[in-house]
Amino acid sequence: MSLINIFDIASSSMAAQSQRLNVVASNLANADSATSSTGEAYRSRQVVFSTIQNANKNPGGVKVAGVINDPSPMKQVFEPGHPLANEDGYVTMPNVNIVDEMVNMMSASRSYQNSVDMMNTTKNLLQKTLSIGQ
Amino acid sequence: MNSKLDNLLNFHQTALSLSTARQQMLSSNIANADTPNFKAKDIDFSSVLRDALSTNSKTAGMTTTSPMHIRPGSGNIASTQTLYRVPQQPSADGNTVDMDTERTRFAENSIKYDASLTFVSGQIKNLLSVIQER
Repeated sequence: MSLINIFDIASSSMAAQSQRLNVVASNLANADSATSSTGEAYRSRQVVFSTIQNANKNPGGVKVAGVINDPSPMKQVFEPGHPLANEDGYVTMPNVNIVDEMVNMMSASRSYQNSVDMMNTTKNLLQKTLSIGQ
Repeated sequence: MNSKLDNLLNFHQTALSLSTARQQMLSSNIANADTPNFKAKDIDFSSVLRDALSTNSKTAGMTTTSPMHIRPGSGNIASTQTLYRVPQQPSADGNTVDMDTERTRFAENSIKYDASLTFVSGQIKNLLSVIQER
């Protein structure tokens, strides 16, 4: 039980939030990708967070339990002249919700900044602890 | 002689280790601000400090009258008196972390830790000046 564990917790949070930002960047970049190397349209991806359970019940950090495909339905856009249109004239476009991704990006960057602040505060406290009695 | 030194430093030393445990709990809350179904934890600092000073033991002992009784784990007294924070706003994913509450408590706990460090330093300097008195 020491302040050093807070470095682990804060760094786990920074890693998880940066993975989340990575996924957001990938979604935003591919928001209009009607096809990919597998031949299908790009499917939006989301991260799932879970708490790290320590063996001795100490408070734990956060980890990315997995990156899942967004289950919401793909967009069907009516465009008969498109080379990828099916026989009804619909093109399957990615199910990326731009507003959701921007909110995710703001939330992830705030959490990242909070973790950096936590780390700085803990570092200052530890340095003061090292100079007791001087 | 050693016990007199212990008694002098005991209060602030106990406050420091409790502050450390609380700091870990609060940083875990901040790190898990986006985890679904995470419940924020905290301790009631003054009552846990009072308990720790009165029993002057590191574990919350339970009287056992038979060898078959379960003893509590050797976590320190803060982990046995963890309370859940009451959320001020409902949340869609079951997460009860309120970022401004947690940041405020984190800053307040850091200042209290700093204050305890200053007091301990002051006491040690007093002792040193008495020892070096000519």
